[in-house]
This record gives sequence, C-alpha cells and structure tokens, in this order.
Amino acid sequence: MSTRILSEALTGTSVDLPAGTPLLEADGIELRFGGTRAIDGVGFDVRPGELFAVIGPNGAGKTSIFNCISGVYRPQQGSIRFLGAELVGERPDRIAKRGVARTFQNIELFDNLTVVENLMLGRHQHLDYGVLDAMRYLGRARRAELANRRIVEDIVDFLEIAAQRKLPVGMLPYGVKKRVELGRALAMEPKLLLLDEPVAGMNAEETEDMARFILDIRSELDTAMILVEHDMGLVMDLADRVMVMDFGRRIALGEPAAVQADPAVIQAYLGEPEGST
Amino acid sequence: MTATPRALRRGRPELYSDYAADQAIWNTPAKRWSTLAVLLVAASLPWFLGRDLLGLGALVAVYAISGIGLNLVSGYAGQISLGHAIFMGIGAYTAAVLGGSPSGSIRGFELDLLVWLPLAGLVPAAVGWLFAPLAARVRGLYLAILTLGLLFVGEHVFKEATWMTGGSGLGRKPAEPTVLGFSLYEERVVLGTELSAIGVFYLFCLLLLVVMAVLARNVARTRQGRAFSAVRDRDIAAEVMGVPLLRTKRLAFTLSSFYAGIGGALLTIVLGFTTPERWNLLLSIDFLAVVLIGGAATITGPIIGAGFVVLMPRFIETFAGSLPEWFVSTAIGGTGLLNVFQLQRLLFGAMIILFLVVEPRGLFGVWIRVRNYFKAWPFSY
Repeated sequence: MSTRILSEALTGTSVDLPAGTPLLEADGIELRFGGTRAIDGVGFDVRPGELFAVIGPNGAGKTSIFNCISGVYRPQQGSIRFLGAELVGERPDRIAKRGVARTFQNIELFDNLTVVENLMLGRHQHLDYGVLDAMRYLGRARRAELANRRIVEDIVDFLEIAAQRKLPVGMLPYGVKKRVELGRALAMEPKLLLLDEPVAGMNAEETEDMARFILDIRSELDTAMILVEHDMGLVMDLADRVMVMDFGRRIALGEPAAVQADPAVIQAYLGEPEGST
Repeated sequence: MTATPRALRRGRPELYSDYAADQAIWNTPAKRWSTLAVLLVAASLPWFLGRDLLGLGALVAVYAISGIGLNLVSGYAGQISLGHAIFMGIGAYTAAVLGGSPSGSIRGFELDLLVWLPLAGLVPAAVGWLFAPLAARVRGLYLAILTLGLLFVGEHVFKEATWMTGGSGLGRKPAEPTVLGFSLYEERVVLGTELSAIGVFYLFCLLLLVVMAVLARNVARTRQGRAFSAVRDRDIAAEVMGVPLLRTKRLAFTLSSFYAGIGGALLTIVLGFTTPERWNLLLSIDFLAVVLIGGAATITGPIIGAGFVVLMPRFIETFAGSLPEWFVSTAIGGTGLLNVFQLQRLLFGAMIILFLVVEPRGLFGVWIRVRNYFKAWPFSY
C-alpha cells in the first residue's frame, strides 16, 4: 500500500475563518498558585496558519500558558476563546476534541505501548466505534482501525520513524521519543498545535531535523502552531510573531526582528545595564 | 493490494503486505497453530481425565474468566481493585436467585441459563458502573483501600440477605445450568464415550472462556484498550490526547465486573455450594495472584495464571506425601512442622513475592523471554 503525503492523510487541520478573525484569542489570563502569580494578565491572539512563538527565561510562565490552553490548569481569571468556544473550564479531552493538540516539555509518551499504538492513541477521538463493535472486531471497528492505521503509517513515514514503529516507546532514544510525541500530536489532526520545547536537549543536527518537520507541517497542513522554545535561532527563523514573557507578564509581542531589538526583552535576558540600579 | 506469495512468506512470519494481516488477532502462523493445538488438547481432556481432574479443569477455566476481568481493570487500566470477589459474589447470587431452586426462606426462580447467565454478568456490571465514579476519584493505594471498603460492605450485605445467600455458615445451592431443558451438568454420551457431568460442564466453561477471552482481546487491542493503557501510564497526557478519564475508568470497571460476575456464577456451580464467606479478601487476592503470576496487561497471562493458582495447591497436596514427616504432616493432627494447607499458603505467598521481584511480567513474561531467546538464537540478544 502506497504512503500518502501528509495533507492527503490529515484533512481536518486547516480552518476557514473570515479574514482578520483570530483562531485563538486569550485575554487577561491570570493563574495563581497560592500567592504566586504564574501568569499575570496575559493576552494574545493566534491567527489561522500562523507560527506563534512564546519565549522567556525559565519560570516565565510559558508552559503554564500551554497548560491553561489544553485544560490541565484552570486560570482563575481571563478567557481563552478557540474558534468561538470558551476553553477555560473545559475538560482537557473536550478541548482536544475541538482540535487542540500538544507535546510536552518532558516527554509524556505511553512507555509500555509501541510507537504505532502511541500514534493510534492520538487518533482516539477520530475512532468512532463503541466497545461492542470492538469486541466483535468486524465491520465498523475493523474498518476504522485499518483506515486509521494507514493514517498513522503516513505520519510514521513523514517523521522517518518506520524502523522503530513496533518498539515500545520506553526503549527509544530521546531524540526519537521527541519525534514520536510530535507524531502523536499530529495524529490528533489538530487545528492548533502546541509545541513545548520540541528541540530541548537536541544537538544541531536533530534540531535541524525538527525544524524541517515543523516547516513541512506548516506548508503541508497549514496548521496554526504555538511554539515554546529556548533555542533563539530556531524561534527567530521560524516564527511569524513572538511573544516574550517574564515573571508571568507579557513584556513584548511582535515580529521576531522587532522583539529582538526591544530594550525590555534585552533587559529580561541579559539583566540591567551596569550602573542603572 | 495483492497478498504476498506463499513462497515469499515462508520463514518470514512478520512479512506483511497489508495492515489487516498485521493487525489480525493471530498475526503469525505460529500463534495460529499453537492456539489451535492448545484448544484441541483442552477440548479433548474430558475423554481422558477423571471427574476429579476435570473439576479442576473447569475451575481453571472459571478462574481464567474472572482473572481476565481483573486484568482489564488492574492490568490494562492500572486501577488496583481488591473488590473483585464482591463482583463475583454479586454475579453468583444473581445467578443462584434467578436460576436456582427455592428452599425454605431462600428464593429461587429456576429460570433458564439463557436468562441467568447474561444477567449474572450484567448485574455486577451495573454495580461496577455505579461504583466507578467513586473509584475514579482516587488512585494507587487509596483505590486499593476504597475497594477494600467495598469488599466489607458487600460481605456484610451477603451475610444479612439470607433470602439470597442462605446466610452466614449455611449457604445455598447454585443455579441449574439448563439451556432450553438441556442440562449442561449431566452425564452424556459424546462421540461414543460417556462423559461425566463435570466433563460436560467443563466443555461449556472452556467454550465460554474462549469466547470471552477473544472478546476481551479485541477490546484490549483496539481503541478502548489503548485508552486503558494510556490512563494507566500517564493519565494527564491521556486526557490531553482526548481520552475522557471518567468514562474510560468506568468502562474498565464495568467490563471487569461483567467478567467477574460470569466467573462467580460458574464458580458456584463447579463447587456445588456457596456460603457468603467465600467472597472475601482471600478470593480477591487469589485473583490478584492470577493476574500477577500470569502476566499483567495480557489476555493469555490470566489463563496461565489461573492454571497455576488452581493447580499448585493440588500439586503440593499430591507431593506432600513424599516430603519428610517432621516437615509436613499429611494426616490431620500430625506432628510435622507444617500441615499441607499451611504449606500451600506459604508457597502461594512466596510465589507472589518471587514474581513481583524477579519477573513482574509473570509467566507470560517468562514465555516472551524464552521466545526471544530462540528468535535470536544462536546469538544471545
């Protein structure tokens, strides 16, 4: 059976919105843990098909933003609207069903399952048969499993992990696990893809590979992405717009070049100029 | 899409040319033939073995059915349950009330097996469904304690509801396994040989085990089974992937209780009699042993585990006679250090510890190791 290119396998990733309408609109998000404000009144919007990057020093609240969008945390204040629906207060699995997929900073794969099974889990919400169909494994369940297996294999092919497809994920090296996690998120056929440090801990070559995958996903699927990353080179090369955070607050938002020249950003990363305090 | 030529497939059992062949339940010739061989041997046993051993065989099949149930919730979905015995008890009493005969104050409706057997699964499944939201709130040790609580509540109810159970220490007779007037527990001439009643019932239990094992395997290897494993391994990631936690855990408890109930109903028939005390913690632990010794998160595992847990005490009993008298006394009131029952329990406990420490994947894991050794032979890995 021939493999298909990604855009033929995953058809539900692009959205048709009237011009100027944002895909995701976050407004005044405030997330507190006791007295600590992890996110302090942050707002931003992500346009359809855009690659939106979030950067900032450690502890700035980048991953917390992801956790708010995907429903793992519930911010005390603010709203996050995605395709017109409010995400704050929704269960993570409902948010996933709306078309938001993510990867994790510290790989959160299902270690005892194989690569294919992990990706099939990404297809969970696209499999519509019930448990009684599954028991018989005839007709509906079998058809759905085989059709989705084929989609999964197209993703395996795209990410070049065919050699590992039947291995339990726990046995794989770090770089491959990162790819599998990207694959699992892709399998969800997302309209918005959240990538949490996709190249953390990778060497130059692996970083290049990952950058290529991200660019290919963009050009083939037209999926909007939010990227949290510490690798400045990668962010500046790939992102359409960059939001910079520090201590839970948004300190800059704009095109990569403009953000790089922003004095507040330089101060957050490099500290105050000598003698200014 | 063309099938791979036979000559090309020979010696390459994992050469697939379509996903259907790869995803089939028995996806290599070796699996197909070995399953068939085991089935044939198991099905021919009534023609060779005596009543006593066939009773044990039926017990293995029944233990395997319930064991598969516990493995769905504890092995696959990772929700440790000590309450399995209660779901078995609910199934057993549902069957006994619907299919048993009344005596004195004990109720019995003498219905057909086609009525009581499905209900013996569905009633516990409904209880499991109701119980799941409570169980889904906690995990790990807390869940173990919560299910332990269920066990005590259940045991109390069983002791008090004498119209159903006959009461503490007295007990009642089980359901009659009669399908449309045809008794499955009666001597019959099959293929020119007269089979004992238990032999006939053994065949029925075996058939039921095969069907239920295949159904469970189909669940385990598809959408919901993967969701079970995801919830076990990383529940937050599973939720973010679109797996609803409560619904998934609820399904695991419901399915598991269904299997438990069927197993419980058949168990009372094999044993011929049941008291409310039977459905206690020890029985639950027996089934944890079935799962752990057999192999967690597999379907074959609990079947092997059931064989081990049921047959080991008999094995010890048989060979205790050849041990020195000062160590194990076989006669009642003997002077030995241990009696046979104590030796059985001691070795049983030791086995659980041994497997947890040395081979957490159980006997099935041992088999995988042996298989991989010969796959790679003559290389060591």
